[in-house]
Amino acid sequence: MTEALAPIHSAEPVLPDTFAQWFAGKGWAPRAHQIALVEKARAGKSCLLIAPTGAGKTLAGFLPSLIDLNRRGKRKPGQAHSGVHTLYVSPLKSLAVDIARNLEAPVADMGLDIQIETRTGDTPSSKRQRQKLKPPDILLTTPEQLSLFLAAKDADRFFDSLTTVIVDEIHTMVTSKRGDLLALGLARLRTFRPDIRMVGLSATVSNPDELCGWLVAQDDPEEPPRADLVTVDGGASPNIAILGTEERLPWSGHSARHAMGDIYAQIKVHNITLVFVNTRSQAELLFQELWRINDDNLPIALHHGSLDVSQRRKVESAMVAGALKAVVCTATLDLGIDWGDVDLVITVGAPKGASRLAQRIGRANHRMDEPSKALLVPANRFEVMECQAALDANYVGDQDTPPILPGALDVLAQHVLGVACYAPFRADDLYLEIRQSYPYRDLTRETFDRVVDFVATGGYALRAYERFAKIKLTEDGTWRIAHPRIAQQYRMNIGTIVEMPVLNVRLTAPGKGANARAGRMLGKVEEYFLETLSPGDTFLFAGQIVKLEGIREADAFVSKSNASEPKIPYYAGGKFPLSTYLADKVRSMLAEPQMWGRLPDQVREWLSMQKERSVLPARDQLLIETFPRGDRFYLIAYPFEGRLAHQTLGMLLTRRLERARKRPLGFVGTDYAMGIWGLKDMGEMDMDALFHEDMLGDDLEDWMGDSFMLKRTFRYCALISGLIEKNYPGKEKTGRQVTMSTDLIYDVLRDHEPDHILMQATWADAARGLLDVRRLSDMLSRIEGRIVHKNLDRISPLAVPVMLEVGKEPVFGEASDTIMAESSDALVAEAMGDMETAEAAREAARERKRNRDKEHRDWRL
Amino acid sequence: MSANGTAIKNTATGGCDTDAFNVDAGLWLSLCDHPFFAHACGTLYSEREKTLIVSDLHLEKGSSFATKQIFLPPYDTAATLSLLAEAIDGFKPKRVIALGDSFHDADGPTRLSDTDRTLLLRMTAAAEWVWVAGNHDPELPEFLGGRFVDEIILGDISLRHEPTDDFEGGEISGHLHPCARVRGRGRSVRKRCFAANVRRIIMPAFGAFTGGLNVRDEAFYPYFPAGSFYAYMMGNDKLYPIASQSCLPG
Repeated sequence: MTEALAPIHSAEPVLPDTFAQWFAGKGWAPRAHQIALVEKARAGKSCLLIAPTGAGKTLAGFLPSLIDLNRRGKRKPGQAHSGVHTLYVSPLKSLAVDIARNLEAPVADMGLDIQIETRTGDTPSSKRQRQKLKPPDILLTTPEQLSLFLAAKDADRFFDSLTTVIVDEIHTMVTSKRGDLLALGLARLRTFRPDIRMVGLSATVSNPDELCGWLVAQDDPEEPPRADLVTVDGGASPNIAILGTEERLPWSGHSARHAMGDIYAQIKVHNITLVFVNTRSQAELLFQELWRINDDNLPIALHHGSLDVSQRRKVESAMVAGALKAVVCTATLDLGIDWGDVDLVITVGAPKGASRLAQRIGRANHRMDEPSKALLVPANRFEVMECQAALDANYVGDQDTPPILPGALDVLAQHVLGVACYAPFRADDLYLEIRQSYPYRDLTRETFDRVVDFVATGGYALRAYERFAKIKLTEDGTWRIAHPRIAQQYRMNIGTIVEMPVLNVRLTAPGKGANARAGRMLGKVEEYFLETLSPGDTFLFAGQIVKLEGIREADAFVSKSNASEPKIPYYAGGKFPLSTYLADKVRSMLAEPQMWGRLPDQVREWLSMQKERSVLPARDQLLIETFPRGDRFYLIAYPFEGRLAHQTLGMLLTRRLERARKRPLGFVGTDYAMGIWGLKDMGEMDMDALFHEDMLGDDLEDWMGDSFMLKRTFRYCALISGLIEKNYPGKEKTGRQVTMSTDLIYDVLRDHEPDHILMQATWADAARGLLDVRRLSDMLSRIEGRIVHKNLDRISPLAVPVMLEVGKEPVFGEASDTIMAESSDALVAEAMGDMETAEAAREAARERKRNRDKEHRDWRL
Repeated sequence: MSANGTAIKNTATGGCDTDAFNVDAGLWLSLCDHPFFAHACGTLYSEREKTLIVSDLHLEKGSSFATKQIFLPPYDTAATLSLLAEAIDGFKPKRVIALGDSFHDADGPTRLSDTDRTLLLRMTAAAEWVWVAGNHDPELPEFLGGRFVDEIILGDISLRHEPTDDFEGGEISGHLHPCARVRGRGRSVRKRCFAANVRRIIMPAFGAFTGGLNVRDEAFYPYFPAGSFYAYMMGNDKLYPIASQSCLPG
């Protein structure tokens, strides 16, 4: 987009004196993009600022507002408080708090009379009340809190002075349901104040045009409106290397245990090191391993989202104070929070996606003109290739954010109810307003009406609930809520982040079982993980080995354990799927031995062996290997499409192989390959037919319909859409009850109204989420006619990594009956025969008497 | 259809063998020398008495939630009744006992859709129908047809909604909605179940929207004080006996 220069007849300099002096006093010159944003503001234009970390992005975003607020001057005594002038929305509440703190400094330095406040889920109610009466000039908040503001009766008054909305880290939000919620909220704000100016702050993205569209009202389909784009070229390019190691490179796994010594040595020679991993369990493991070799007692801390908040705050402040040498952390430290003088970022595991890597690397040296220093630590051989491919492609500068998809319908349902909580609405008006938000610009009227109907009475074909409606169409043609209680319930259930059901982990004395009194809270852990444990099992949590004592309601009680190794290793692979872009790079590298030069010897040897014993597929081919091993037969495919897509593929192939009477027993998917094994040789099969795209038809539909993953997706949609409620006044359901009841709801709905709007929302989610069907379908059409099948007499070198995962991975699919059959006592039929006899009854009675007290206690374990 | 391998030959079918309803899909349980066939759909059948027992239908639970503005799919009654009709078709009982909490709340019967009411009335007219009172439905309207009782005696066995601790002989009850959880292959499975020992059988809830309570919950302690019972978990078309010590809490 070409942009006119700032008007020459501008009556005043771009920076008022106060500001110019402040910059000068700091010994800084305002940067070009900071000036550009002030000029955009003066021209009343919305804009997107794309800049690397450390470019002074945040200050650039706020500068126009500070200038404008300063010009406005002091409120005269007796003058009414004006509403919020600038609204800042961030994806993380900790980021909002951090930015507020950073803004205080220049405001205080310049002596500006500007109130800056945050509003997050943690804001005490007294402060909330005060903010209502005396809104701050600048309010920093999150998308969820914005929705709450907008649903309040006096929302229009609260925002009646609003001029500017700043959306930070916009690239991380727009591809999620939170982005949809925020887009709808911004459309609302534009209805209140049609002339507000939007400012988006983003890291480098591949398609900024989408973000420019996302920021502004889409009111002209002929010439879709776009915000102006201001780009800052990346400063010094980061200094990234792959950690070399003398140790043997693991074939599989994600722990990077082999690299502990090298990582520790790096921590020692740097000032502050951030060690990023992808999952909570990896963080726990790495932390444990580092302390095992921490002979110098370096202050190394642990930070992840499952830890108790107070513990996390402690680590954060210790870091700002410079009291730590290293922090092992997960995504919770990903986003732009400035944690002091970090001079090295280590990321363990392959990058998987570029934005994430760039964000993390940006944590080191928070100054644009100095190169950040980062070290990639691949945890296995495929990851070595992935890391090298990333570096070769200068990947860090080359972002690959996924496209912005059509807005989710469950989020829309939540929003519609929020609108009604604010004031009665006309469907025609609301439809037009929603169509102006970028994700919903193509929403049809029919779908919109179905969503309104869903909010009103559940939207069922069988119109049984009309008289109980939540919102009702009144005689004046507006929809209004049926009872004030509805608004109260809405406020308790706002948001799109549906957590996995989690249990509180509390520390108690050994031997207490679930009878323990509420102990110190260590943090939270996913229920699905605890479900695989029995009392007495040990696992890593909060940096120590703990023993599960028992579970009572929402609490899991653990005691300290002296075990040197946890019994339950809790394997969880990469949480983030390999990006399409990187997958392609890895495939090319595999195909072209001349590109192997920079790979470690061990990896080169491995690939050469593969070439000798089997084949290395060309970049556009799919290699499939079949071979026997032990008393089983294996089929391994190497699509490089990420774990989720591979698991879906494994599931579909299993069904086909069952029909072909190959008696498949199980399958496993890694980020790079998929393996399936069975009792019959699969070597003579027609692979083109087996891998034909038509597997995505009926097979997919049948299987998905029953899949527990689809049920889980349905649960999220049901919660977000408000079909069922996470919280309702006076009672809080625990996650486990909800899981159970949504499965039942799903089954009934699927049988009776499979095209219900919530089922539509669920399928749309499944296609891109847990099942990654979209990617699988792209892959199947890509490889049609390009399958290379090698029927081998023994395992190939390339197959080793995936073969090592066999048995570690849970078996998905319809295994429920199998699991029950395996648990059932084979002798039970006879046992039941015995129980008919009087003797058994008498024995049972004696037993009962003997053990009454003891057993009763044991039962509570 | 496969035999289930139990010692007692399944004579319950009376030659009836439909695809829709696998009458072999269950196990024989014995209570006070009285054999009962526990079916994977969650019903219990006495061949000797030609009686089908079913518990906790919780009809009209969906509409009950709707009164609180939670709009669950309004198809639960239809789903539950059609499953029950299948069981009746399969066993062809002379008598049907609904063991309490047949409706989710006292107003449930008045909210029945015309279709569901017609189907239900046809069922209550076709066999000797006994409504046992439950805590959700202590009294039901006459128009439903059938008899209304607080509890019922079958030989040495008492049938009532809530289990008790004080009886001679055997007891069949419901109320607790037993379900069991077992673990295997890296994950766990939670299903409704019959919970039974030599003295009693606690029936699973039959209703489409009825959740379950884990048999390891303390609510079950008083009824299986020695902790020795079997959970008969309801699989797709098979019942899986699980020893109590294999059942996981939660």
